[in-house]
Amino acid sequence: MMETNYSLAELLIVAAAEAWRRDGEVMGTGIGPLPRIAVSLAKATFNPRLATTDGECWYTTAPLPPGEDAMKESEIEGWSPYDRVFSGLWGGKRHAMVAPTQFDRFGQSNISVIGNHAKPKSALLGARGFPGNSVHHPNSFFFASHNTRSFVSGEVDFVCTAGYNPERYSNGKPPALLDLRIIVSDLAVLDFSGKGRAIRVVSLHPGITFEQVQDNTGFPLERPEQIPVTPAPTAEQLTLIRNLDPNNVRKAVIKGDPAGDRR
Amino acid sequence: MTSETKPTFDKRLSVEEIVSELRDGMTIGIGGWATRRKPMTLIRAIARSPLKELTIVSYGGPDVGILAATGKIKKLIFAFVSLDHYPLEPHFRSARQAGAFEILELDEGLVHWGLRAAAMRLPFLPTRIGLGTDLVRQPELGKRVTSPFEDGEELIAMPALKLDVALLHVHRSDLRGNILTLSPDPFFDELFARSAERTFATAEKLVPTAELAIPENARFNLVERALITGIAEAPYGAHPTSAAPDYQLDLKHLKTYTDSAASPEAWAAYKARFIDGGETAYLEAVGGADTIAALPKSIY
Repeated sequence: MMETNYSLAELLIVAAAEAWRRDGEVMGTGIGPLPRIAVSLAKATFNPRLATTDGECWYTTAPLPPGEDAMKESEIEGWSPYDRVFSGLWGGKRHAMVAPTQFDRFGQSNISVIGNHAKPKSALLGARGFPGNSVHHPNSFFFASHNTRSFVSGEVDFVCTAGYNPERYSNGKPPALLDLRIIVSDLAVLDFSGKGRAIRVVSLHPGITFEQVQDNTGFPLERPEQIPVTPAPTAEQLTLIRNLDPNNVRKAVIKGDPAGDRR
Repeated sequence: MTSETKPTFDKRLSVEEIVSELRDGMTIGIGGWATRRKPMTLIRAIARSPLKELTIVSYGGPDVGILAATGKIKKLIFAFVSLDHYPLEPHFRSARQAGAFEILELDEGLVHWGLRAAAMRLPFLPTRIGLGTDLVRQPELGKRVTSPFEDGEELIAMPALKLDVALLHVHRSDLRGNILTLSPDPFFDELFARSAERTFATAEKLVPTAELAIPENARFNLVERALITGIAEAPYGAHPTSAAPDYQLDLKHLKTYTDSAASPEAWAAYKARFIDGGETAYLEAVGGADTIAALPKSIY
């Protein structure tokens, strides 16, 4: 039975959780509140073998809620110092969902700078672990605001993650281990299953049209003949989400906390 | 046969003596990670010194921010600079946006790999990290190696990141430089020490060797003492970053620090209040030892 009273944030959490459905026993990393709740939901439902951390250096038995006092009652089940995170990710035993500032048609993403690299208009974080993540383990992406500033028309300003751009490889072939999975935005779910790894719309969120997604994307999207509607959260999923995020951090992620069904 | 006096040695230095060992133009690696176990007493002492044109290698936090704001950096080798709870480090941002120093931008794992190569005295280590990205359009990452085996894979050559000096903050040390880092994540401090000509550390507390209880604490003994050139006692020497379990991140001070990037006047006021007066004045200005010791644990 479908629950109709759900927020957009809750819809995105449920859609994002799907990223980890078939991963088995790997480190599941969701960067930002909604991907973090999403990996928690995946662990609490269809993939209990996922390993998740407190964001510092401990694996916890139960997925940890975002926000203050989160560690109070959590059981620690393992150790995850950065040295081990790197070793593990180089071995491929991880699937991360990250939220870049810019993204392009090749799946290349940017969290380093806006503008010129030597003297940027806006200096952001730096490439962090993005380059290594991208060529060693599966990656998915999350955008709380799908627009042409995030989904850019050319290439991103500074390519932090490898993508499916043949011109960036000496033999014209992306690395064998490059494995970009899904993109969850506030408008749609997308993936790379189009022709020549083109980005394709997988499902449209309730009340969103393909044209709206295309208009907010700086490059052409592949349009399947039939595009399903992103499944609404079930009552069970909504209950779980409320338990996994007792501080209601999800409410503050998308401006105005809109309803998930925009029909 | 002549009798010899049993040789003894003592690596104890003051913070000022450590800074006096540094020279303009040196390549200096800084231990810790973002807001955790940064050698901030040493960073503030460098900020007060006339040192200049440093090449800094760091998993960056307020260490990089303060050195950027005081104009000490000629080149920054980094994968990120962040205050975690304030993801964008404001002083680093201002300096980057002004083009104040050269950069080599790396991946977190590439920093590890470059330090590892230097620690092994290798010219480089091969990796896939950087393939397909703009990192490898930087000249330093422009070299490729081809696997000599059947796969023939083309890989990036990550050059060794050789350091003149590594600066670390640890929890305990004896006078011979047997150190303990008690925090749950040792980060890459061991590699910083191994890739450096000399390593200087500050310790929360200098203790007699027996008090290190090495058999019980062996896993916290970061490196062998031969790698430690000098050690200075610096209580709360990581503040405002954390040195858990001794004390936690000071979020309130981090806010004060972040706000200091609002204008040149705000920075001048911060510098006068928290840096220029030395560490005794600093501890008083941030509320004293008891306040720091009572800081609650932060959620990452």
